[in-house]
Amino acid sequence: MKNVKSFTLPSRILHWVMAVMILAMLLIGVFMASTVGSGYYRLVALHRSVGIAILVLAMLRLGNRLHTPPPSLPEDLPPVMKIGAHASHILLYVLMIVLPLVGWGMLSAGGYPIPLWGQSVLLPPILPHDPVLWAELRSVHTLLAFLLFGLVLAHVAAALFHGLIRRDGVLRSMLLRERLDPISQESHGD
Amino acid sequence: MTTNTHMLSGSILRWLGVITLPFFLMLSFLWAGGWLTPYRLTQAAMLDALQKGSGMHPGFRRNHAKGVCVAGWFEGNGSASSLSMATVLQKGRVPVVGRFALAGGLPYQADAPEKVRSMALRLMPSDRQEWRMGINDIPVFPVGTPQEFHDLQLASHPDLTTGKPDPARMQAFRTSHPWLQPAMAQIGRRPVSSGFADDTYRSLDSFLFVAEDGTKTAVRWAMVPVQPVMPEIGHANDHDYLFRKVIEDIHTHPLQWRLMVTLAGSGDAIDNPSKGWSQDDRQINAGTLTLTGIGSEENGPCTGITFDPLVLPEGIMPSGDPILQARSAAYMRSFYLRSGERPTAPAVSAEMTVPSANARDKKS
Repeated sequence: MKNVKSFTLPSRILHWVMAVMILAMLLIGVFMASTVGSGYYRLVALHRSVGIAILVLAMLRLGNRLHTPPPSLPEDLPPVMKIGAHASHILLYVLMIVLPLVGWGMLSAGGYPIPLWGQSVLLPPILPHDPVLWAELRSVHTLLAFLLFGLVLAHVAAALFHGLIRRDGVLRSMLLRERLDPISQESHGD
Repeated sequence: MTTNTHMLSGSILRWLGVITLPFFLMLSFLWAGGWLTPYRLTQAAMLDALQKGSGMHPGFRRNHAKGVCVAGWFEGNGSASSLSMATVLQKGRVPVVGRFALAGGLPYQADAPEKVRSMALRLMPSDRQEWRMGINDIPVFPVGTPQEFHDLQLASHPDLTTGKPDPARMQAFRTSHPWLQPAMAQIGRRPVSSGFADDTYRSLDSFLFVAEDGTKTAVRWAMVPVQPVMPEIGHANDHDYLFRKVIEDIHTHPLQWRLMVTLAGSGDAIDNPSKGWSQDDRQINAGTLTLTGIGSEENGPCTGITFDPLVLPEGIMPSGDPILQARSAAYMRSFYLRSGERPTAPAVSAEMTVPSANARDKKS
């Protein structure tokens, strides 16, 4: 059993808060983009606000990541998996930042006002009013959301693979309760 | 041997553990997107129902497809400012871009007296607290829920051979929706004015005005013409007579409407646009709309936006009316689809909206 260090507490908190927000956003997104039901207006308002919150948190998180590098992966992890892990994390960071920006940009191009948390705060447009661009970005937003959802699924499966199959401490390094229970290392099975 | 089996089943359990969570996440994603519930009414189904009646016309609005852009201003008189803190309702003038249109998804349909006319407006105060609306010249909305709207589209779409709605299908809709009978009767016997200029346009849906202190008041509103209402006098086989008339009107003199806000009385149905409100309700004249410019939709200022009735300023909120939510969702999807398509020239062309020599003379 190699000893994998844990992520710092701020990193873990950021990770889990954003995990909940991003999953909620993906589910709200596909729901509101198909529904004509009574939740539509509120969900769109929530989606805009949470999207901007994710953008802010993702920037914070990128800074945190560059400032405090994450624990390294187990040395015996096959190179293909290492490459996959690094590539998928870069892509996750890119999408956490790009997806809200595309959303903001598409509403700007569509000539929509962009209110946050109620109606009093309006975000400025970040792109000129251009309906063709609005339609294109609206499609891009959907495609990137599907890509992000696929990545999230792969990420969850990979985390569980580390925790249940390889039992190499990678999953544990991100769990919030890990520090409370330092004795029960998963060292027996290897 | 037993140890091996034990280890094997243990490892199967662990692999199950790995895939279970992603599997359920996938399932919830598919459910949320409506892919597991074909019976659920979606935006796509709503637009399909509209398209069934009119066919595919790339680049045009999926409903109210034939229209013309207008421009002018709205001048609030402050009378409604105690009910709503919306900047557009305070005393003062805000620029307006709007659109007159005929209901239905046919961009080249012939004008006719009985066709529903609409006015769409975008009121643009300098603080960007926009108010958009799409209002119609019928007394009440024909249906009360998105599902009923969807079913009505399917029942009323023209037959391919006759070009008219199938009476049997329409009758079936009426008998299965007896509660909509009063609304349909009211729409059927509404007085029809001579054109866009002397028509009254109603919000149909209810909204909430929110005052500075948070007090909410349920309201509906109408744009009531200042110019005298003339009876319908026929149209001499002119395919675009309604549009030609309003172009001529605006080129001759500005057209004006009063924004009449109706406050819900105790017995009024707030969440059902197919139910009319009492004649005794209090009304407030909140300001005057003045339209001074008119132009084709081709590169016009009303083309690249959607008149989503839920683009509302601070001080106006949606009521619980379910039709509002469906309109907002369907307008968004229609705007998305048409903006990605290459449109053909609109029926009301740029040549038609150029002031005629006659109108120029009258104006000067």
